[in-house]
Amino acid sequence: MDYEYWGLVFRHISPYMWASLGCALAIGLSVAGAAWGIFLTGSSLVGAAVKAPRITSKNLISVIFCEAAAIYGVITAIILQTKVEDVPIGSDGEWSVKILKAGYAVFGSGLCVGLSNLVCGICVGIVGSSCALADAQNSTLFVKILVIEIFGSALGLFGVIVAIIISGMERNTRHVSFSLLLQNSFC
Amino acid sequence: KASFSTRATAEQALNQVHKCTSGNAMEMATFNLKDGYVEAILRGYKGSLLNSGDYALMCQCENLDDLKMHLSTTTYGNLVSEVDVGGANTTTQLIECCTEKFVEEFEYLQCQAEGTLYHFLEMCRIPHMIDNVVLIVSGCLHNQHTPELLEKCHPLGMFDAIASLAVAANMQELYQLVLIDTPLGKYFEGSLSREDLTEMHLEIMRNMLYKCWIEDFNAFCSKVGGTTREVMGRFLSFEADRRAIAIASNSVGTELTHDDKKSLFCKFGSLYPYGQKDLAQAEDHDEILKVLSDYSPYNRLLALASADDDLMIDEILSGQELDLCKESFTQQFHYGVFWAYIKMKEQELRNLMWISECIVQNMHNRIHDGVKF
Repeated sequence: MDYEYWGLVFRHISPYMWASLGCALAIGLSVAGAAWGIFLTGSSLVGAAVKAPRITSKNLISVIFCEAAAIYGVITAIILQTKVEDVPIGSDGEWSVKILKAGYAVFGSGLCVGLSNLVCGICVGIVGSSCALADAQNSTLFVKILVIEIFGSALGLFGVIVAIIISGMERNTRHVSFSLLLQNSFC
Repeated sequence: KASFSTRATAEQALNQVHKCTSGNAMEMATFNLKDGYVEAILRGYKGSLLNSGDYALMCQCENLDDLKMHLSTTTYGNLVSEVDVGGANTTTQLIECCTEKFVEEFEYLQCQAEGTLYHFLEMCRIPHMIDNVVLIVSGCLHNQHTPELLEKCHPLGMFDAIASLAVAANMQELYQLVLIDTPLGKYFEGSLSREDLTEMHLEIMRNMLYKCWIEDFNAFCSKVGGTTREVMGRFLSFEADRRAIAIASNSVGTELTHDDKKSLFCKFGSLYPYGQKDLAQAEDHDEILKVLSDYSPYNRLLALASADDDLMIDEILSGQELDLCKESFTQQFHYGVFWAYIKMKEQELRNLMWISECIVQNMHNRIHDGVKF
């Protein structure tokens, strides 16, 4: 494994690619998780509501929890795309370390929220399906199973929080590079 | 001999562990894609089965009119109101009416199912088909008319060519003219050697078909894998044991040889292979009970039953089957619930038959004995 060669490759990969990938993964994976969860819970809900129509309005909460996973993804993607700015390439075709770090931060942030909302959506979907079936048989079970769903949807929230923190790291590096530019222009 | 049997039981135990742990990784996340709606509908059906309160009310009915009134407050609704209480054979008509509703529900489920679940439900119908075929063939032996026989057939087991079963004179014709194109065709492999269709041979044919069907069903569920394999494995090994016990106790006193009996037993189940060998050699009912007391869970069930005297082995096994059915509903995302619902619904229809017969024959003191739920 020629590490110097790989280092060269990575230094030449445009940080715009990493940043764009991060934005795409943020929204793409989150929506995939939310959609997966909604079909899981929706199919059981529709079937169970045939014999017990009273469950439909309460059990829409499960669908809303799945939807929240997608919303987290949208919010993060919008925040991440504001971090992408015009940056100058170095004279030898390589990007400076600070700029690379900013690109990786946006990518990591997007991957973080995307993956955690993907699994959060599936989790809430499965629990929501069981919740609908149990509620149809015995309505006292609904609130108890809802508590499990709340814990499940907290997983997506953790992903968003960490993603925002990581993307905040990007801002510091941008300020540093901007101040460096200012210093250079005055010298 | 002792070391051989312990090694064999260790192998069996390992097989069972292997079967339980090799499940589908994403089963929970992908089951609802095709079968979520159908499973939810089925659980709705299960929720509207008659419960202890309904049975308590119905057991107190004085006549069939009261029974009809109580049934109309359950999910059976107004279906039973068309049954004429005053005429002859009203209990049969009443139960036929209720069976029609069950068949309608089942056909709805099968309509909505696709792929693997559709095949599963087809396989659940096959025991009824087998019963219908044997009914028609034995009716023809006694020179009864085909339309009368067709009316007596179970509606779940109807298939297209069933009316033309009456034309066959012997087994070969039966197979080659009619059965080869039906879903039962592949189960006739082993029994083509019998030429004449006498009563005895019909029973053997029925048991042979059942054996082939259970083994085929077991292989199918193992291929489906995951929780379905686990739950249906329990059901089918119980079914295999139950048939072995039934064959052993029904052939007490007949000239069926040990080897013949063993060939009718399935090649799996908790009584396979040593329990089945002992059952085949049992000469009377006491010996059968002795064999069963060596195997779990039958030893525990027999111990419970002997405390409550005069309980037949059939009733013990029915009780055990109902327990297995209720347990299967505690797991989600598998096909075992469909099989369990069919069994529970059939038990409910038997309960209704018992209650209505007791009411008609004025045997109110025995009405609670036959009701299981």
